[in-house]
Amino acid sequence: MSGVRVLVGTRKGAFMLTSDGRRDEWRVDGPHFGGWEIYHLNGSPVDVDRLYASQSSGWFGQLIQRSDDGGKTWTTVGNDFAYQGEVGEHLWYDGTPRPWEFKRIWHLEPSPDDPDTVYAGAEDAALYVSTSGGQDWTELTALRTHPTGSGWQPGAGGMCLHTIILDRLNKDRIYVAISAAGAFRSDDAGASWLPINKGLRSGEIPDRDSEVGHCVHHITQHPARPDTLFMQKHWDVMRSDDAGANWREVSGDLPSDFGFPIAVHAHEPETIYVLPIKSDSEHFPPEGKLRVYRSRTGGDDWEPLTKGLPQSDCYVNVYRDAMAVDSLDPCGIYFGTTGGQVYHSADGGDTWGPIVRDLPAVLSVEVQVLP
Amino acid sequence: MIRVVLPAHLKNLARVSGEVHLEVPGRADGAGPITQRLLLDTLEAQYPMLLGTIRDRYSGQRRPYVRFYGCEEDLSNFSPDAPLPDRVVAGGEPFIILGAMAGG
Repeated sequence: MSGVRVLVGTRKGAFMLTSDGRRDEWRVDGPHFGGWEIYHLNGSPVDVDRLYASQSSGWFGQLIQRSDDGGKTWTTVGNDFAYQGEVGEHLWYDGTPRPWEFKRIWHLEPSPDDPDTVYAGAEDAALYVSTSGGQDWTELTALRTHPTGSGWQPGAGGMCLHTIILDRLNKDRIYVAISAAGAFRSDDAGASWLPINKGLRSGEIPDRDSEVGHCVHHITQHPARPDTLFMQKHWDVMRSDDAGANWREVSGDLPSDFGFPIAVHAHEPETIYVLPIKSDSEHFPPEGKLRVYRSRTGGDDWEPLTKGLPQSDCYVNVYRDAMAVDSLDPCGIYFGTTGGQVYHSADGGDTWGPIVRDLPAVLSVEVQVLP
Repeated sequence: MIRVVLPAHLKNLARVSGEVHLEVPGRADGAGPITQRLLLDTLEAQYPMLLGTIRDRYSGQRRPYVRFYGCEEDLSNFSPDAPLPDRVVAGGEPFIILGAMAGG
């Protein structure tokens, strides 16, 4: 029977949670890199033993770790994330210009074809690629030097490039999202970029329909329907059916359309999941009830999923990279909270339970299906 | 031989326990004084996983929350090109690298 491995990045280390395909008994392994912030831990789609971890701390900076044996051992690989060419300036919170300054890697996206190729999204926003298993990194500079770049401003969490989608059908197509610049698409493997924010009406900026400046929290895509994208924006859940050229709101009857993660079912491209948060000033679930909302219609109509989740006095948050789905049947859904719980559903969201309750605050969750 | 004490996180990263002992090419070879810069160059060459964790890879500036102590002195703000104290160079006292007390 196949199994699953859930990769959890936390404020104080990395953890791996494993189970067989029934997903009812779990083994917790960790902490790896105890005491370090692990913003993201992700595995290669073509080699389940190849893992990458973004390890950082306010004291000692950014490191990248690679495992070639499913997390049993790790090797420190390259951490040279220099901005290439002229560094340039973006806008600071107060509207004054400020030079780009590297802070950390938020997201690692391994290639769907080659275990040695991996992309990294940085704060301050930049996109890097390695074709050497993380040893050497090259910046895809056309993104940072986009003509709109000098007008980008950080979101509250920093000016982070947090979402990278590598289109599996169109190999030259890459999507990224930056807080708070918005979403961008490249159709030439990163050589040039197009802002794709039409329809994202954001009340927090002077021009609601601005080309850039939108606080996109996360974007997801079903691999079989690559032109359809789902987005959790600062406020609003959005979808696009033309590769991001146009967006429309699908928040529908959600109790709050603020939130961070969004995920799509592995086998049903119109089934999506969000986790509503009360507001941008109160980062916890409405009414103290931890509810995943599922839409089977690609948005607009939502149902609360509550069975097995705390329905009183729950005031955790779930970060943008902290929800994932597995590809087993039935599809498994996973998310981690700032309270250190990792919850999962082995039946597409109908019922939930904790895998582990007392980890450090969870920053990211990914899942691998093991042979 | 210079003795270097790393903070716990960097010991784990470098996979060492206890002090690191470095042979730093310097005065004895007629190559000039042994400085903080030379010591850190040697340390990073021997333990490349430490690159970027103690000082910026390009500017060479000490990371803000990293401190250097030696001979009961805070050497953090000394010039990287100033000679290290004789007792550190002679191995009588360690060069201590530590993370500043901050955060939880």
